Amino acid sequence: MARALAVLRSFLPFLIGLPILYGLQLFLGSWSPAMALIAVTMGVNVVLAVSLNVVNGFTGQFSLGHAGFMAVGAYTAAKITIALNGLVLPGLGYALTQQAVFAIALAAGMLTAAIAGFLVGMPSLRLRGDYLAIVTLGFGEIIRSIIENMKFLGQATGLSGLPARTNVMWAGISAIATIVMARRLAVSTQGRALFAIREDEIAAEAMGVDTTGYKVRAFVISAAYAGLAGALISHAISLATPRMFTFIRSIEVVVMVVLGGLGSITGSIVAACTLTVALEALRQFQAYRMVVYALLLIILMLTRPQGLFGTRELWDLPLFRKLARRPPELTGPEGASPTEVRDDSTSAGGAA
Amino acid sequence: MTEFLQHFVNGLSVGTIYALIALGYTMVYGVLKLINFAHGDVYMVGAFSGYYLAQVLGVRSPYEPNPPSGLETFVNASLVTMGAMIICALLGFAIERFAYRPLRQRPRLTSLITAIGISFLLEYGFQLAPVIRRPIQFPPGPSPRFFPTLLERVPYEFLGVNTSNYDLIGLGVAFALMLGLQWIVYRTRFGTAMRAVSFDPPVAGLMGIPVNRIISGTFMLGSGLAAAAGIINAVSRPKIDPLFGLIPGLKAFVAAVLGGIGSVPGAMVGGLVLGSAEEFVAGYTDSSYRDAIAFTVLILVLLVRPTGIFGRVTAEKV
Repeated sequence: MARALAVLRSFLPFLIGLPILYGLQLFLGSWSPAMALIAVTMGVNVVLAVSLNVVNGFTGQFSLGHAGFMAVGAYTAAKITIALNGLVLPGLGYALTQQAVFAIALAAGMLTAAIAGFLVGMPSLRLRGDYLAIVTLGFGEIIRSIIENMKFLGQATGLSGLPARTNVMWAGISAIATIVMARRLAVSTQGRALFAIREDEIAAEAMGVDTTGYKVRAFVISAAYAGLAGALISHAISLATPRMFTFIRSIEVVVMVVLGGLGSITGSIVAACTLTVALEALRQFQAYRMVVYALLLIILMLTRPQGLFGTRELWDLPLFRKLARRPPELTGPEGASPTEVRDDSTSAGGAA
Repeated sequence: MTEFLQHFVNGLSVGTIYALIALGYTMVYGVLKLINFAHGDVYMVGAFSGYYLAQVLGVRSPYEPNPPSGLETFVNASLVTMGAMIICALLGFAIERFAYRPLRQRPRLTSLITAIGISFLLEYGFQLAPVIRRPIQFPPGPSPRFFPTLLERVPYEFLGVNTSNYDLIGLGVAFALMLGLQWIVYRTRFGTAMRAVSFDPPVAGLMGIPVNRIISGTFMLGSGLAAAAGIINAVSRPKIDPLFGLIPGLKAFVAAVLGGIGSVPGAMVGGLVLGSAEEFVAGYTDSSYRDAIAFTVLILVLLVRPTGIFGRVTAEKV
């Protein structure tokens, strides 16, 4: 019974979200395709920010290579949808077949990105702090460099003419899935291990936490969802080019996570949505976009380095607490969220 | 063999640039344990300062029908280089004072994020449309500018290897600066203080060393060297744009790690080795992988010998 309830709790967001998303899609699709694209971008950014938060916020490891994994996912999915474009399975019909193909492509994108995450994470996660940041940045650039040199991936011009499959539904479901994943992870044993690593890696290791193992696992999960985001965005604009996945893209995601608060899922969601909308609203000031990002980062670090939410979550507010009535074993003595302990994750880190 | 030597000479020419930038990284890291992400952009600002100074000074090209005399060329080139170094030293001072110093007691991640912020601010701030029109157009905007010809290019050929006075002067200036730096670090009071701060900042402070001033000085020195690298690079490869510091900056960091971060000769050797390695790989295989080589080197170094060539192994304190 308790088990069934737990399963239900995981699926509840989908059950509530699906009709809303469906309504939103019908409304936006008929009203304004431009707005629909903004909604999709918002969903993709939520996936990116929340998944990066698993590594940068939960685990306290600073990764700058998210765009590389996006690229892996995007190209894998693009290859599959292009190859199977126009396929009709008997008994399913064209539309349904193509949706199924897209679902498979997304899954494949996640899988390859996860493999890439494993290959990158295994060697680099032995490093700490700023070294890790540079190495992940380097790996991101290497992935991009390899793609630019691969004939069958279209080199620098990339792949164009992908079927435009990503809609509000797909982006929304992916965003919900990412949030549920992050939430479930945060309250699980795995999550506790990750927070322990963030708080003090040496102490965690002394307590028997397999630090490298958990770090690699967090990294793989994060990479998989980055791949999902890459696949979604490339099928929203029917294009996958290496230029979409530069180091700058990684920084954009980092800004979202840092702005929302390293370690706060709701913080990342709010920051991702706010930044997406703000940037769309400021489209005519496109040139100032990166300058604004830069200033935002600097001012934030100087005045409120913990971000808007810190490590707190919206659902820790008393209002939500009463609504949710979480089982006591998850809330701890003071009812603190598992993400609420903190800070100073990197001060002890350094050159290995 | 000729091809080999040619790649080697080209590698040295690129390597001196990496080495000069790497020196700034290595010194700042040695003192603050901070990767100054914005250092590559200080290099970019150095090249642009030279560009603007040449405009303000009205430097004439040696290829004009009425070329400047040898002395004038020399004076102009030195003025441009020195001026750019001073401007960047001031920039380095400002960055440290207003962005890094307030965060010194905070977790290191905070400083790293700020450094990324500064780097992007410089890169994209320089890409904005010009606000100031006279006497110079600033910011320069996104399209590339061409660095004025400060010196006449004299090509040399030696054993079938093509080189020029640009490469030789670049190498000479770089070595002179490195020797000067080595002298400052090991033979002056400032250098002694710098090493003390690098060893243990609070204790150095207790011994009466003005820690803040030493750190400012370190930033100024490193930024000045980056400016010199920017000028040397811009003289031989005159196309400059606001983003051109990003990749050399990252590669110079790799060079610093390769040589052993915190070590002055290490940065030099690391830069030259990385430059040559890049030229060899790019020359003998596919040049489009050039940018990936540096990162591959970095990953290998960090995995095999994280202290670098000249680094000392330090025990991790709990």
